[in-house]
Amino acid sequence: MYAITVKDLVKKFGDFTAVDNLSFNIKRGEVFGLLGPNGAGKTTTISMLSTMLKPTSGKASVNGFDIRTNQDEVRKSIGIVFQDQSLDEELTAYENMDFHGRLYRIPKSIRQKKIMELMKLVELDDKKDNLVKIYSGGMRRRLEIARGLLHEPEVLFLDEPTLGLDPQTRNHLWDYIEALNKEKGITIILTTHYMDEADKLCHRIGIVDRGKIIAMDTAENLKNDIGGDVITIVSSEREELYSAIRSLSEIKSVEIHDSSITIGLQNAEKHVAQIVNTASEKAITIESLFIHKPTLEDVFLHFTGRTIREEEASAKDKMRMMRKVRRR
Amino acid sequence: MDIVYTIWLRNVKRYLRSKSRLVGSLGMPLFLLLVLGFGLNSVVVLPGMDQGYIGFIMPGIISMSVLFTSVFAGIQIIWDKQFGFLKETLVAPVSRLEIMLGQTVGGATTAVIQGLIILVLSLFLGLELSNASGFIIAVLFMLLIGLSFTAFGIAIASRMEDMHGFQLIMNFVIFPIFGLSGALFPIDGLPEWIRSLTLLDPLTYGVEGIRYGLLGSSQIDPSISFMILSGFTMIMVVVGSYLFRKISI
Repeated sequence: MYAITVKDLVKKFGDFTAVDNLSFNIKRGEVFGLLGPNGAGKTTTISMLSTMLKPTSGKASVNGFDIRTNQDEVRKSIGIVFQDQSLDEELTAYENMDFHGRLYRIPKSIRQKKIMELMKLVELDDKKDNLVKIYSGGMRRRLEIARGLLHEPEVLFLDEPTLGLDPQTRNHLWDYIEALNKEKGITIILTTHYMDEADKLCHRIGIVDRGKIIAMDTAENLKNDIGGDVITIVSSEREELYSAIRSLSEIKSVEIHDSSITIGLQNAEKHVAQIVNTASEKAITIESLFIHKPTLEDVFLHFTGRTIREEEASAKDKMRMMRKVRRR
Repeated sequence: MDIVYTIWLRNVKRYLRSKSRLVGSLGMPLFLLLVLGFGLNSVVVLPGMDQGYIGFIMPGIISMSVLFTSVFAGIQIIWDKQFGFLKETLVAPVSRLEIMLGQTVGGATTAVIQGLIILVLSLFLGLELSNASGFIIAVLFMLLIGLSFTAFGIAIASRMEDMHGFQLIMNFVIFPIFGLSGALFPIDGLPEWIRSLTLLDPLTYGVEGIRYGLLGSSQIDPSISFMILSGFTMIMVVVGSYLFRKISI
């Protein structure tokens, strides 16, 4: 039985296709990651699955309920942590939780017990009566996750859960998310554009680019697709280098990018000397060279030909950030 | 009902908590009451008004206070939208109608409280409450103004992207509604064309109703005022919930 099934899901905004014929299934108890750059269509997908947006065409069901025809049941089955904060800052943390509990019609006796339990889980129980206004970014995130769990959802959506948090807080949050999945068996679907996050948390990863899933597998298998280790060479004479080393038998794949070429091969340490020698024989200058185990960053590059970088922040995200700054 | 109550509770909590807004929004009505009231009291003589001009505008200033607070409470949805909180409510398994009604009742409650504060302050400036039923009538009309204009604010907010249009709404919609309402002048003596504009303004009936309750006399029959204002309230709630249903984030 699947927790989520998506079939040929499409969302268009005018001429722009944000989500393009998406199909995937997520098993119960799975942690599934949608990985891709900003503007790839991750949030749009989540919005449709959480009934906040109507799909242009296609089908999807969450916890067995159709997202078009059974909105209320879908909503009861899911907990969601939005990309942007969605707390009432003028209320205390407890009041935010209480508001949520009342909205989901949890009876008072259970509600109070559950709230305290969850506040303890995210280690905010001693600060429960503070206004959210004075909470730090990490505390807010933890509160939002606790709130999303209050009505005991079958599926938890986390849209960029660690965006803008410091590394320590991110690690801390990852531990919570892992524990939640292990102990409560909650199906988790998260979107991220951090490779390490997807790598650490997700059982399976779907790489999304321009509204399409271009690869979907475990992190391990995705990395194996590249073919072992990765050597990245930065050089101005990439074309020459490419033709010089292409014929070396150990090399599994070579790709030319904007300022570098990446080489996929097994046991990179052994063969690096040979590559460098070949380059110097042909008098090709190498500006820098590094060898590393493949990360999802390389996987993304391999499948899309582009790197995921935060600089890629789309105009929309920049505007949102500016707005946040202005609010302060 | 429990959902309406939940949203009402949040609104009232927020209102009671932000003391600066509570006090700040008393400034303008109190200022008008004092400046216009005392400033024009000796110049303006209204036939049949024992309380003088200041007594005449007290119900008007109370309505103004209720009007502004309620429109503002409705428009507040834009803030919820911008700060993200609206999503939390919209993704819950509750109907939009319940959310909208909760917001409306909540906004109306804070508006009536605001109006009551002005009413109590007016008591110190010479307003005399003759009987309890008059007071109840006044509160009833305050409630109707509160409900209708919170719903009006929600309707506007549902169509607005951000707060940039707020000044526009204030200057070209809310101030004219207040100015034309007969809050500051008797409508009987007006030239015909302004008089008909005044009679088109729903707030006029609110002001007249409160005036009847507090002063015991009004230029429009209170039962007519009540019917027109109730009708306006219903229309606004329907329009507000219709537009709110279509709100997207």
